[in-house]
Amino acid sequence: METRNARIGMVLFGVYLLLYGGFVLINAFSPATMELTPIPGVNLAILYGFGLIVAALLLALLYGWLCREDGPNSDASDSREGGQ
Amino acid sequence: MIYEPSAIAVVIFFIFVGITLGLSFYLGRKAQSSQGYFAAHGQIPWFVNGVAFAGDYLSAASFLGICGMIAFYGYDGFLYSIGYLAGWIVALFVVAEPMKRLGKFTFADALDAKFQSRGIKLAAGISTLAVSIFYLIPQMVGAGVLVRPLLGFPHWVGVVIVGAVVIIIVVTAGMVSTTWVQFLKGSLLVAFSAVLTVMILNRGFQSEGTGEALGLRAIQKPDDFVNEPAKWTPIFEADGPWADTPFLRYRDESGADAVFTQYEFDTADGRQTWLLEAQTLTEKANGDIFVNGQLKGDKKGEPELHSVGHIFSLPDGKENTGPLGPLSFFSTLQESVVVLWGNQKLSMADGSKTTVYFQKPTPGSQVLRPGEHPRFKGIRSDDPIDKLNFLSLMLALFCGTASLPHILIRYYTVKDAASARKSTIVGIASIGFFYVLTLYLGLGAMTSGWMDVTTSNMAAPLLARSMGEWLFAVISAIAFTTVLGTVSGLILASAGAVTHDLVISFFGIKLSDSDQVRVAKLASVVVGAIAIVLGILFEDLNVSYLVGWAFSVAASANLPSLIMLLFWKRTTSQGIIAAVIVGMVSSLGWILLSADTFAKVYGLPAEDALTPFSQPGIVTIPLGFLTLVAVSLMTDGTATSDGTGGQPAV
Repeated sequence: METRNARIGMVLFGVYLLLYGGFVLINAFSPATMELTPIPGVNLAILYGFGLIVAALLLALLYGWLCREDGPNSDASDSREGGQ
Repeated sequence: MIYEPSAIAVVIFFIFVGITLGLSFYLGRKAQSSQGYFAAHGQIPWFVNGVAFAGDYLSAASFLGICGMIAFYGYDGFLYSIGYLAGWIVALFVVAEPMKRLGKFTFADALDAKFQSRGIKLAAGISTLAVSIFYLIPQMVGAGVLVRPLLGFPHWVGVVIVGAVVIIIVVTAGMVSTTWVQFLKGSLLVAFSAVLTVMILNRGFQSEGTGEALGLRAIQKPDDFVNEPAKWTPIFEADGPWADTPFLRYRDESGADAVFTQYEFDTADGRQTWLLEAQTLTEKANGDIFVNGQLKGDKKGEPELHSVGHIFSLPDGKENTGPLGPLSFFSTLQESVVVLWGNQKLSMADGSKTTVYFQKPTPGSQVLRPGEHPRFKGIRSDDPIDKLNFLSLMLALFCGTASLPHILIRYYTVKDAASARKSTIVGIASIGFFYVLTLYLGLGAMTSGWMDVTTSNMAAPLLARSMGEWLFAVISAIAFTTVLGTVSGLILASAGAVTHDLVISFFGIKLSDSDQVRVAKLASVVVGAIAIVLGILFEDLNVSYLVGWAFSVAASANLPSLIMLLFWKRTTSQGIIAAVIVGMVSSLGWILLSADTFAKVYGLPAEDALTPFSQPGIVTIPLGFLTLVAVSLMTDGTATSDGTGGQPAV
């Protein structure tokens, strides 16, 4: 179960990394692209920025939903005492 | 700008502080064990914990710094919002559940879960302290900045009040009271930011032209000179500090000097040329301060710098837009011309220093694009080094969140991994919503007519002031509790590191449960006192600048070990220790030798800096990973440590 959640996490992380990486790289290497206005009057910088925030929330919800099956997570057996 | 402390503001402020302290004392009776003190018994409901994440994370830098940066430069401040939120994805998908599974009290617990190494505890404990103290400085400075206009106290009083209140919160009930203060603050901050945003959209935009309503004068060329030739007498200086500036100086009828910049634009009736009045702030050698040529006053009605922030022209020559929607807000601004303010410092022959604040009418399409702030200008340059600086910052923001100790300890306040996950999702929702609002708040402040041209940190409270005194009082009090919430979290993280990582684990001192709490309380008082002193010393340092430091150091020191421990089986304790130390030292060293620090902290020429660009992340984060891999491979086979393994290498 632990590896399953971790696997889902990695996939969703990869998706977000692509989105974020795209945003950063466009800003860095083609800033003029960010001035385009796909919706009249609203530029790509704002749309992509808002998109990233919405995407983060959607991916987070998706993750929560996919991991839900574990039920209440009593992983005490797996936990180690950190302190002495 | 002159700030008049208002009775309403003072009353609301003390109500807030009173509620916060009352809550702490009430909860303090319940939290006596160390498990309660450090982790709130692991019994915080996940929803509350999620909002408390927002209260913990949305620091003075988020609220004051980002809004101020957007208000003064446009879109660029929003890049921080995006980066800060993106970091939560790393926290949720990669770090949250293992942190909860492996640790008990501190971030070092999780790192050390496999090895039981004193060296790891020491290195991680020190890095926790370093990051937390870096993060504390801007919070304390922010508190001083806020208190001055709100209550009329000097900077140091604000810092001391925050320090004292926070120490009381942390000492009375540790994580329990801290969590509820953060919950309260997180909800209030998000809710009132939403209220402000609705009010901004309802107000819409007004065109103020040359800013006459704000008290700024303008001369139309050539008409005004032709019609009233005696009104303005030009001042020419062939050399001296004014000679090489773009500023045009005239003496008005009363004999006072005024400074202008020229602005030309096309209209349907042809090209127009205007001279727009700049503002000057002069500090004489004897300490007297002059604004716009007159001795600065300290009461309403006396000479002061004009508050600023207006729209030069709206699309289609409109005067007023009326209420706007969330998207038409941007599309209207895109077609408008907004007056931003630049500044230039001049040293005069008589030893006085003058700062000229001048108008920069800027098309909305530029205000809403990245790359206008000096820190982000690099993306428009052809020099790849400048682009690296930007990439490095965005990387540090992305990796920093999941490495901040005061955020990580919040995973120990809920009962299990599922709750850790759920509360992170709630945190992302509240924080994300708030960051969307920052763009509206910042741009609303930019055009509110209430900005203080000398400091961007006050943009958000002043925006509220433009809506009414009550709102100003409430927003300022919330901003103040914002500082309280974050500072409590940081002090608690530091106290946890001192007690568990250093005293108990590293020095091997056996402490009873109640002694642990006592040591932690003592550590809280000491760290709080250090924070107060640093907050007073660093008064003049930019708030968001230092937060950037903390993110870079956290990401470089902590993230490589955290990630590799989870995903690479051959990681050894020595590898972790080396990675934490190398990441911490290299990122700190880089920052201390960078152009930004040279110019802003030491007052040395930026060209003398020893690092090619200012943001360390893109070099020092990979360096941390490389160190970990290299050292782990060298020490492979000795990984099964017996509790004494790992060198306390510092």
